[in-house]
Amino acid sequence: MKAGSNLEKILRAGHFAFTGELGPPRGTSVEHVKEKAQYLVGHVDMVNITDNQTAMVRMSSWAASLIVKELGLEPNYQMVCRDRNRLAMQADILGAYAHGLRNILCLTGDHQQFGDHPNAKGVFDIDSMQLVAMVKKMRDEGKFLSGEEIHDPPKFFIGAAANPFADPFEWRIHRLAKKVEAGCDFIQTQCVYNMKKMREYIKMANDMGLTEKTYILAGITPMKSIGMAKYMKSKVPGIEVPDEVIKRLEGVDKKKVAEEGIKIACEQIEEFKEMKGVAGVHLMAIEWEHKVPEIAELAKVLPRPVVE
Amino acid sequence: MVKSKRKPVEEIKNSITDYSRILTVGCGGCASVCLAGGQREVNELNAELNVAFRADKQSKKLGSYTVERQCNMQFLIELDGKVKDYDCIVSMACGAGVQLMAERFPTVPVFPAVNTVSIGVDREIGMYEEKCRACGECVLAYTGGICPVTRCAKGVFNGPCGGTNRGKCEISQDIPCAWLDIYERLKSQNRLNDIMKLQEPMQWKNQVQRTTVQEPYEKRYYR
Repeated sequence: MKAGSNLEKILRAGHFAFTGELGPPRGTSVEHVKEKAQYLVGHVDMVNITDNQTAMVRMSSWAASLIVKELGLEPNYQMVCRDRNRLAMQADILGAYAHGLRNILCLTGDHQQFGDHPNAKGVFDIDSMQLVAMVKKMRDEGKFLSGEEIHDPPKFFIGAAANPFADPFEWRIHRLAKKVEAGCDFIQTQCVYNMKKMREYIKMANDMGLTEKTYILAGITPMKSIGMAKYMKSKVPGIEVPDEVIKRLEGVDKKKVAEEGIKIACEQIEEFKEMKGVAGVHLMAIEWEHKVPEIAELAKVLPRPVVE
Repeated sequence: MVKSKRKPVEEIKNSITDYSRILTVGCGGCASVCLAGGQREVNELNAELNVAFRADKQSKKLGSYTVERQCNMQFLIELDGKVKDYDCIVSMACGAGVQLMAERFPTVPVFPAVNTVSIGVDREIGMYEEKCRACGECVLAYTGGICPVTRCAKGVFNGPCGGTNRGKCEISQDIPCAWLDIYERLKSQNRLNDIMKLQEPMQWKNQVQRTTVQEPYEKRYYR
């Protein structure tokens, strides 16, 4: 065990992992976090707590992680490179570990121009790949990035994101290899809609031996509406939505589009359960947390395993 | 070269409104090359200021002069005799030139007339593109001659990130993805190995004022 988090135990025991996501509030309401979290307790192995997602100011990830943790839900502390330099990052990593956080997800972060402070100075002191390597160095060598020793180093289960669908496709697998080399223990992918490409990507990851070194969790976001599908297709960078998905949503009664979206997601999950090289799925039901129990039920991933 | 852009006339006027004798000084170096602060722009600025002050019924003496370069003290000496006839100086040089001017004439207020924008190249007449952020740790050797510090919106060293969007940057369809360009160039040169290995965190050097001393001169300045 590298960190002994619930996610790590589940993956090492060979179970198919099922993780969720929760965006902290744009305010100080603990109730707001609890309200969202209640739907996830017992239904996911771990929940990602986003870090100023889409560059909008929110309650900090570590703080919301602690609230979630109190409810018996294991957080995945997300950290982006946009808002902190290497000193602040390492300080937060120490603090987060001291408070019992055990998973971390290292991301570059959406550009500040997307958010509510578009003229903020983007820090980007190090990139996500270098962040992964830094957390690993802190854990495995017990050293700060500077090389100085850490007293009681933090031992995180280290995650990173991967996007199999961004250009250039043939380079994506090499970038994954770089992240594995940097030291990530698990990967959560961008939302998958193009299954053909995903199969190809996972096959390459298997062939290159990457899936023996890291656990890949496939990203799933059920479509709530045709509008959402079209928006994701045309407006969200790095997301690929094949026309078949949109056609399928258009083919059902208007009132049943969301249901169909969940059905598609469940079919994907079923396929991932059988796919060699995929260790689980990461469900990003953003602002749809209350649907998670239903989706988990339909995807037949309940009850969640308990590994001591 | 250094690229700059002239400030709006209103802003310049506001900074000098309390003075009656104003000397506008152009720079024959970069500011002149990028058509922001050479002799021609000095004349244009003074003409605009003249109109603006007249509209306010203010009478000013506006002088003009352009030196070879404002970033070398030797070229500022020739102003010594002129400056005494003025209450303030408007410098049309980059930030470096403005500061050296202020150092040369510490008792005279010096105001900038341009915003220093970048180190860049000439794309077309009057159109300039930033190319270098003077980070002091050039990485162009392994990035195919394309600067990720300047061109990548997130300045990543291990790109392209997941936001690459149909060949463009996630922040705008008008901005080409630097890392996609790096990838394509290295691929065409059969050099993808250069970006296969993890690039270590940057040792940022542009954090304090830097003084550059060329090696043959080290003995002279560092004893």
